[in-house]
Formats: sequence, structure tokens, C-alpha cells
Amino acid sequence: MDIVVKNFTKVYGTQKAVDNISFQLKPGEIVGFLGPNGAGKTTTMKAITCFTAPTSGDILVGGYSVKENPEKVKSLLGYLPESNPLYTEMNVIEYLKYVAELQNIPREKLRSRVAHMIEVCGLEEEKHKNIGELSKGYRQRVGLAQAMIHDPQVLILDEPTTGLDPNQIIEIRELIKKLGKEKTVILSSHILAEVQATCDRILIINKGVIVADGTYEELSRRATSDEILTVGIGGCSFDDAYQKLKSLPTVAMTDVVSATDFIFEVRSKEGESSIKPIFDLCVENHWYLTRLTPVETKLEDIFRNLTAN
Amino acid sequence: MKPIWIIAKRELKSFFDSLIAYIMLIAFVGFTGFFTWIYGSDIFFIGQASLQVFFEISYWTLFFFIPALTMRLLAEENRVGTIELLLTKPVTDWQVVVGKYLSTLILIVIALALTIPYYITVTNLGNVDHGAVLTGYFGLLLMSAAYISIGLFASSITNNQLVAFLITLFIGIFFHIISNVISQSVSGWSSQLFNYLSIQTHFNSIARGVIDTRNLVYFASLIFLGLIGTEAVLTRRNLSE
Repeated sequence: MDIVVKNFTKVYGTQKAVDNISFQLKPGEIVGFLGPNGAGKTTTMKAITCFTAPTSGDILVGGYSVKENPEKVKSLLGYLPESNPLYTEMNVIEYLKYVAELQNIPREKLRSRVAHMIEVCGLEEEKHKNIGELSKGYRQRVGLAQAMIHDPQVLILDEPTTGLDPNQIIEIRELIKKLGKEKTVILSSHILAEVQATCDRILIINKGVIVADGTYEELSRRATSDEILTVGIGGCSFDDAYQKLKSLPTVAMTDVVSATDFIFEVRSKEGESSIKPIFDLCVENHWYLTRLTPVETKLEDIFRNLTAN
Repeated sequence: MKPIWIIAKRELKSFFDSLIAYIMLIAFVGFTGFFTWIYGSDIFFIGQASLQVFFEISYWTLFFFIPALTMRLLAEENRVGTIELLLTKPVTDWQVVVGKYLSTLILIVIALALTIPYYITVTNLGNVDHGAVLTGYFGLLLMSAAYISIGLFASSITNNQLVAFLITLFIGIFFHIISNVISQSVSGWSSQLFNYLSIQTHFNSIARGVIDTRNLVYFASLIFLGLIGTEAVLTRRNLSE
């Protein structure tokens, strides 16, 4: 199911929380919404889920406008709000049944649907407990279960893995990935590794504006156009190797990583590659390569580049 | 229509699960029973087969009990944030408001129904004006309906249950006592105005067996204003904050 955000602006009082952003999501896409605190991630999600109306612009979910058909839009999507609020006095089964009823699941399917969600989210042991007694991880699962109970085409997850232990985080990520094959998923996070691990596409938002949009590969290519290589050389003297590497025509800068193991970090000149020249250099001097690996730009770097002033 | 019932059912269940409902029902029946049958100007003291005393006591008991029931309805959802969860389900703001409203109204109906044995007892004691009993109950129901509406509104504007409770009492006291007092201390049209605003005026009139359109319009307006106000508060999230 498509999501189309058109010139969405949200103003709180005098402050523009989100300023005229537009993007489109295709069915089956998992999109990571990334940005520092207060960037407008949650605001955008609240507007998609019809909790708050856009100040201007519009959002279409599956062709339905959040302004004209909020009930229809709400029935199409599952939402896990940021703080995962739950009715703590209800037990898990009761609560899921309540949400299922609100989502118009027919009476005869109610039981099987609730049982299915309990199984998928691993809540079997806790299903008779009051939500208030559950640990944070299990509450998060209940939150996910209620979001997915009506098998929505679109999932909006606002920081779905906060407060979970590493095993749970991996489980939830796997779950999201599995779901993302047939659904459109938007998840927000400020954990960069998470977005990198789960999402097909990354939207970086800062101060209410989208500053980057693309796959991880596209973004990392954009952030650093220069090639950086870690080069390890054997069978030579240190000074000789260092000087010769430095004087290669394609190399812009050479750093020493380890003087004992003869490891260097080589930055190529813009738009050029030093891989072949380094290899040729070694062949010429009868050295051998102990390593030659490109240094990947981390999402952290992209993020910092784009969101820092 | 269906979402209203689903929401009302959950709220009602939550009243019973949290014991509030039991406490309220026992306290209400106990309190009214005590003053109707045992203490003060009770039925035996008056020596008449009438439920007038019961209506008088209930009139005050409900005045204090209703804010305690309504204070949780939206204030708690605001505090915990579950309101976001509820309003992003395929329901309208109005359905949430009416569902919550009905849950408390149903609880009050249960409370009033539990006092039917009083009526049966009194019927066996002497000649009861059945019409007056019926309108008395009707009056209590209308009054409760109005206060629940006010209470729900108060609960919607805060995330603190105690604040909601006090606001409801505050607004309630105006309709319950103050407007009556003012109407007696001023004269002319303003006296009439405050007299019309007083719940006492309308309740007494109905409890006496006279149901006038004026009374019905009065209660209907209070209920409607409360509900519309609550809906407006929920919708206000679209404008700011």
C-alpha cells in the first residue's frame, strides 16, 4: 500500500515542527526514519496515523486522505506510539481482544486472531498477566501485537526497540523484516545500526526538513565520494613503503595505522581509485599485501554530516 | 454505533475490575439505605409510604460520587498516553466521548436499579404514589446524566484525576447550590435566570411528578454541552500542542 506525503507542514503555536516535506513509499518497503530528537519524526508519524491533522499539505494512505477519510486510513494501518502506552490494568488477552474489536475484526475470527498474535509475538506465557506486571520487553511485544492485530497493510513503528535487551532487539528486527516483505513499514529510530540493519530505505530528517533520502549504499556514497583503503604491506621496510605509497599519483593522503604491522590508511584523490596502483607498486617492489580493504563510511558519519550545523 | 458500545463495555469492565464500581455501588446503596430507613428523618419518622427521603439523599450522594467516577475516564488516558492509541484506531472522537459517557451512565443505572427493593418494601408499607417514584428515578437519572457529562469534560481537560474531580465538583456546586442561592438574593430577570440554571429547580419539579419540556431542555442542554465540549477538547490536539 502506497503512502504519499505531499507538502506536509505542521506548526505548533509559532514553531514549525515539520516544514513542507514530501515523500512517497512503495508497498513492501521498510523505511527508516532517522533524525535527532525533536527533528519531526514523531510529528510526521502522528499525522500519518491521523492523531494530529496536518497544518497544511496532505497525506494519502492507499489513496485515502487523512483529512477526508481518517477512519478508513486508521483501519489500514497499525501504529506503535513512541512511549508504547498501554492499559496497565487489563490482561494481555483482554487488551488484544479489545483492540481487535475496535479494528472491526469479525467476532468469529477474534479468538484465532488474538491467539495468532500471541504466538507470533511470543506472549504465550504472559497472556493471562496484567499488562502492568509485564517487563518492558514484553510490553513492547504487546504494543507490536496490538499494532498488527488486524493484519494492516501499513505499519508505523515509533522507536520499536527502545528498552529491549539485545536478544529481544534482534527478534523484533527479524519480525519487522519478515513483516516488511508484504507490508509497508515506517520505523523511526535514533539507533543508526538498527535502521541500517532493517531498512531498505533511509529518510534522514532534521529540523523538520528531509535532508537525505535513499538506500544505505546511496547515502554512504553521497557522504564520502573519496575512496579510503586500509592497506597492509609485508616484505619491505617501513619508511620505504610509506614514502612510496605517499608518492603514488592517485593518493591524496596516507596515515599510519600501525607502524609495527605496516598498516596504512590511504585516502585517494577525488574520483580516483588507488587499488590498482597499490597492487602494481607491491608487484614492482616484490612486496606482498597483507590486507587491502575499503573503509566503509558508517551511517553515523553520514548522519552527523547531515544533521550537524 | 458499534465502537461506542465496545468502548463503553471496556470502561464499564474497568470500573468493576478496579473495584471502583463495587465500592461505589455498596457505598451508594448503604448510604441511601441508612438515611432512608434507619437514621434522621427516615421513612418511619415521617410516617409516609414515600421515597421522597431516598430521592433527597440520592440527590446529594450522586453529586459527590459521580465526579469520583468520571475523573478517571479521560484524565488517565491523557496521563498514560493511551489516548493516542485509542484515537488512532478506526473510531471517531465523538464515538470515544459517547462510549466513555455511556459506561458511567450504565453504572449509575445499575446503582439506581439496586435500590428497587426500597420501592418494593415501601409499596408493602402503604399507599405509594407510583407516578412520583417513577419521575423521582427519572429525575435522578437526568441529574446524573448531566453531571457525568460535566465530569467527562473536566476529565478531558487535564491529565490529573484529582484536578478533574475538583473541577467537576466546582462546576457541580454552581448548578447544585450557588445558582439557587444567587437566585434568592437577587430579583427580577436575573433571579429567574439563576433559578432556571439551578439543578434543584428542575430536579424538584420532576421529582414532584411534573415533567415539563423546560426541565427536559435544561438537562438535555447540559448533557449536550458537556459532550460537545469534551469532543472539542479532543479535537483541539489538531490545532496546537
